[in-house]
Amino acid sequence: MSPDLAPLWLSLRLALVTTVVLLVIGTPLAWWLAGTKSRLKPVLEAITALPLVLPPTVLGFYLLILFSTNTGFGGFFLSLTGQSLTFSFTGLVLASVVYSLPFMVQPLQSAFEAVGRGPMEAAASLGASPLDRFFTVASPLAMRGYITGLVLSFAHTLGEFGVVLMVGGNIPGRTKVISIAIYENVETLNYAQAHWLSAVLLAFSFAVLLVVFTVNRRFPVRVI
Amino acid sequence: MMGLSVDIRLPRDRFVLEVSQTFSAQGVTTLFGPSGCGKSSLLRVIAGHEPRALGNVVCGEDVWLGGKTMPAHQRRVGFVFQDARLFAHLDVAGNLAFAEKRARHDSGIRRDAVIEALGIDALLHRPVQDLSGGERQRVSIARSLLGQPRLMLMDEPLAALDHRAKARILPMIADLPKRFGVPVIYVTHALDEVAQISDHVVMMQTGKVIADGPVSEMLERPDLQGLTGRFEAGTILEGVVAGHDQEMHLTSVDVGGLAFEMPYLDAPIGQSLRLRVRARDVTLAVKRPEGISTRNIHDGRILKLSPEEGSAFVEVLIDLGATHLQARVTRAAVRDLALTEGSHVFALVKSVSFDRRALPGVKG
Repeated sequence: MSPDLAPLWLSLRLALVTTVVLLVIGTPLAWWLAGTKSRLKPVLEAITALPLVLPPTVLGFYLLILFSTNTGFGGFFLSLTGQSLTFSFTGLVLASVVYSLPFMVQPLQSAFEAVGRGPMEAAASLGASPLDRFFTVASPLAMRGYITGLVLSFAHTLGEFGVVLMVGGNIPGRTKVISIAIYENVETLNYAQAHWLSAVLLAFSFAVLLVVFTVNRRFPVRVI
Repeated sequence: MMGLSVDIRLPRDRFVLEVSQTFSAQGVTTLFGPSGCGKSSLLRVIAGHEPRALGNVVCGEDVWLGGKTMPAHQRRVGFVFQDARLFAHLDVAGNLAFAEKRARHDSGIRRDAVIEALGIDALLHRPVQDLSGGERQRVSIARSLLGQPRLMLMDEPLAALDHRAKARILPMIADLPKRFGVPVIYVTHALDEVAQISDHVVMMQTGKVIADGPVSEMLERPDLQGLTGRFEAGTILEGVVAGHDQEMHLTSVDVGGLAFEMPYLDAPIGQSLRLRVRARDVTLAVKRPEGISTRNIHDGRILKLSPEEGSAFVEVLIDLGATHLQARVTRAAVRDLALTEGSHVFALVKSVSFDRRALPGVKG
């Protein structure tokens, strides 16, 4: 029999979109956290790290309530897009962004902290504007943080289960990601299919990590 | 560049940095003072790296701080940090190109001239991680110059280097204003560096400027010796190489008409240089001594006698006509020779006592 690979493609699409969104919002957040002396810093750090310790069901439960069309946020999104966040791909992306946020922000924040103010001040005195020096000095120096953050976010989203179950349910082609599909196959004693999907996920995850750690050797930690 | 005038305030951990000072638009000005006196902070305020600073910084026509504050990247200052701060993701040429691309103005500083002046031609394609401390600092100075700065700020750039690297780089720094037309403000707590490269000295202590003036004047002032250190007190003589005696391995230096002999220097005739005579190396006599090995004997008048409280010593400032000289002798000698201000004396300086390391632009 040929396996149903649709859940794998859905998972990959979810992980990819989530990682891109995380790159866009995680970078400024990590940059701010790395540089700020604000009293809000520990508060934001704690919020960012919450998904690390909360059971996915708790996170998923609150997200489900937030996404519900009865609440302000869910209702606003519905009126804006004509689409409900619950049991939809967009909802899954939002939930995954929250769920994987620490995996992007923490490596990036450490990398930016390691770069420090030194090279940035040097770049400023050489005439580089803040945006210029962020892209031409801080970002390349923080390359390892970016690679780690991207890979961990991607892998973490790929393996997501509890939050998806709470927020997205099990709708084929829309919210039925690979982990849900495996769970369902096991529940219905369809072990052959479960074996297929598990093996694919295992092989894929290993391959991704292998590539990353190989590439990572080309970006040794730089100490001046 | 027109002058730089600074009137600023910056609270620090242990004191408030409060400076009102005008800096020369020419030559090398050293900011000298003990570690932690606020001189580096002052430099950072001028460069725009201390956002909490209050007051005014005005450079020529441009307001850098006060009113509408100009961000650091628009000020066109070359900042050389103690730790060089080269960009680790670029090689040496990449670091130089980074500055060239962002130069906001053409001050006529050419890449070739900079590479030659700093002697970094052979380093261009090396990763910066492989450079020695001295090499890094030379690349850092070159990089700053290629930003076409109107002012160079240097924050103890040689503090972490060994003696040889220091001796190689100091003359290069002393040369920058003449060679590239950029004034330099140089922070240091090492008096030998002050003596070697400064034209002007600004002395600082716990956040305040306590004195400023031309270097020769500053190092002569007995009231500043708490800072300059008694052991190091002395005079700087500005002269030109007048001739060489190859056989005797001597070089004669003309200081405003007075000849000083010193051990042979590999420097062309006519080259200007700076000799430093420490006060403790000067002997005084009331008659011209004869049958003595000392080669440099010049007569003059005592300008000032400054006895030190509770010590055996008196600082004596002597006018030799063309220059001043400072001597450090005992109270007992002053009494026995009946020295007073206005006395006619002979000042004796042994040729071997010239500090050859203290000669910018000259191989010792």
